[in-house]
Amino acid sequence: MSYAAGSNYLNHEKGLWSWLTTLDHKRIGIMYMISVFTFFFIGGVFAMLMRLELFDPGPLFAAQTYNQMMTYHGAIMTFMVIIPGIPAFIGNFTLPLLIGAKDVAFPRVNLLSWYCLMVGAAISFATLFFAGVDTGWTFYTPYSIQTSGTVLMVLGAFVMGFSSILTGLNFIVTVHKLRAPGMTFFRMPLMVWALYSTAVIQVLATPVLAITLLLLAFEKMFGVGIFDPNLGGDPVMFQHFFWFYSHPAVYIMILPAMGIISELITTFSRKTIFGYRAIAFSSIGIAAVSFFVWGHHMFVSGQSSFAGIIFSFITMLVGVPTAIKTFNWVATMYRGSIQLKSPMLYALGFLFLFTIGGVTGIMLATLAADVHFHDTYFVVAHFHYVMVGGTLMAIMGGVYYWLPKMFGKMYNEFGAQLSFLFIFCGFNITFFPQFLLGSAGMPRRYHEYLPEFTSLNKISSIGAWTIGFGFLIALAVIIHCILKGEKAPQNPWGGKTLEWTHADSPPIHENFATTPVVEAGPYEYGR
Amino acid sequence: MAHRITDTDGSHYAFHYKNSNHEFEASKFGIWVFLCTEILMFGGLFVGYILNSGKYPEVFEVGATFLDWKLGFLNTVILLFSSFTIALSIRNIQIGEQKKAFNNLLVTVLCGFGFMGVKGYEYSHKFHLGLLPGKFFNYTPHTAESDSHPTGEADEKPARSNASETSHVSELPKNMPMYFSFYFVMTGIHGTHVIIGMCLILWAMLRLKRGDFDPKHYTFVEGAALFWHLVDLVWIYLFPLLYLV
Repeated sequence: MSYAAGSNYLNHEKGLWSWLTTLDHKRIGIMYMISVFTFFFIGGVFAMLMRLELFDPGPLFAAQTYNQMMTYHGAIMTFMVIIPGIPAFIGNFTLPLLIGAKDVAFPRVNLLSWYCLMVGAAISFATLFFAGVDTGWTFYTPYSIQTSGTVLMVLGAFVMGFSSILTGLNFIVTVHKLRAPGMTFFRMPLMVWALYSTAVIQVLATPVLAITLLLLAFEKMFGVGIFDPNLGGDPVMFQHFFWFYSHPAVYIMILPAMGIISELITTFSRKTIFGYRAIAFSSIGIAAVSFFVWGHHMFVSGQSSFAGIIFSFITMLVGVPTAIKTFNWVATMYRGSIQLKSPMLYALGFLFLFTIGGVTGIMLATLAADVHFHDTYFVVAHFHYVMVGGTLMAIMGGVYYWLPKMFGKMYNEFGAQLSFLFIFCGFNITFFPQFLLGSAGMPRRYHEYLPEFTSLNKISSIGAWTIGFGFLIALAVIIHCILKGEKAPQNPWGGKTLEWTHADSPPIHENFATTPVVEAGPYEYGR
Repeated sequence: MAHRITDTDGSHYAFHYKNSNHEFEASKFGIWVFLCTEILMFGGLFVGYILNSGKYPEVFEVGATFLDWKLGFLNTVILLFSSFTIALSIRNIQIGEQKKAFNNLLVTVLCGFGFMGVKGYEYSHKFHLGLLPGKFFNYTPHTAESDSHPTGEADEKPARSNASETSHVSELPKNMPMYFSFYFVMTGIHGTHVIIGMCLILWAMLRLKRGDFDPKHYTFVEGAALFWHLVDLVWIYLFPLLYLV
């Protein structure tokens, strides 16, 4: 196929229908972007309302309303924002470009996965029009089988799980079969290693969630007695099953974020990444270890204390590959010529916040300490430091980094840095006090609290609204970029990976005019 | 839309592959990855079975006496044979015997119907007795006595342990419905897979008639066959766990 000058994937075909039936991984990535941002907005509104409730110790909403807001915030942010956020959105757009392919291995399956997410999300949101769900996103039995709405919510999560499985399957085959000539495994950008490790977890862990949720629905509909203690079932087994998926799932969320950070730090330091193989293997290492740590969610759930000791030990092992990555990133920046563009700011924010999240994770993995911290705001603060301070920072950094490639336009650097300032400061104001609240014993998931926790909670709420304001600025910057941004050059950042060196901004429908031939590693800044 | 390219030898492939063989290899790999997800999904069920049967061995021991191993064995033979015929049809396509391939696929689908028929017979018998999952379980030993066993269960019962025979007519262990929960959930999900597999094979037969496949290009049949083998494999584990334990 030949292309007219100025033809690209955005104007290759026209009309809404051409988008809804597209098989182009770049367009599907953009559709994921729109959906993920929409879900993020809805989940964010729930978060803001929760902080409004917690601004004062007394009740503002009914207890059940608060519990529902908490449930929807958690379920939306995990299943609809963070899990598809990097692989399905940023990964979909970048993966084929990074390895010099024209598309993912199965474009139809790729489109199907987007529709699975949409259908699953629609089913989940439908629960809002019935009784609503107030179980928390973890659907713990036996409570979840006594309330209404569980079946529909679980069905939604089940369908969204298929979306995740299909994306993972596609990526595994794409990485194995569609690399450009000369692109050996050790010449792949680290983002690809991260996406690959993520895909392995998606494919292996998500089916277990599927069967768990199915059994939960059967429990509710038919009373099958597998999880219901009244019928001889075991609610702790539900927790085992659930966390067998959901703990690896947090690595579905963080591993690709680490991939983005690897790209950002090397590009904006103008330096070959330090310890390429160490970072690559640590991704695989984290994926492997992730399957054997689920029990640390259950230290006080009644598993054997011996199992607790083993899980505690293995959980701490996760710190090793994680620290390897962090030290290598810092070493990459050492004596590099660092440019503090917005993506790099987010990468530095990631390093700072994720380290706090990681170290408090080791504290929670410590068996004795966890008994005290379990189900307090300390845990809430910890996972928000990892999921928001880690993953969301990386998503924002990745969005700014690849926006010029996606739309061929530059964003407003000042606006982006301003929004970073609000998000970064607001984040710490929100969640650092929660560490203090948690260690002082404030339990999570309640709509009221004791008066002595008031001042820290007020600070936390003000911080939350600061983050919200920061994200509104970011949204304005992104929309402005897409509509009115200046034309972007092919390689605005001086990146060395194929999407910058060989593809137009925005890329043509087939990504590359001629298939690139790779002769060296991905970050050859010395050459 | 992703367009397809016609190669010099007349074969077709999607534009992002090097040639049709490249596409075939990638598709096969994708199918294998998908089968891994299936195994993990059934794995969850098997783990649930193992944990609960360890906790309530008496429930599972008595429960198995309600199943007729002869019917289970018949179904095992049917599925194994159908796996053989679908493998034959792949071989037929590879050497260009389209007609024979079609017939072998037909036999496979008929085996699928046979399997589901036997399954349906077993289900209706259990429905009749009230041996239902969870809260629908309404079997009482009394109805069992007054009910004649059309499957010949009565004949083979003495061959099994005496303890289980007495439990048939006297008291059932606590949590007895759990066994039938596992029985219906496991065979139900497996049966759903059998039906999906049959649909895939029927579709493959239509495409075969249409002339979509040739000795080098038969991705769809390969995928359906691999899926069918998985269905067979899962049954090979289900049969001893449910009927023979």
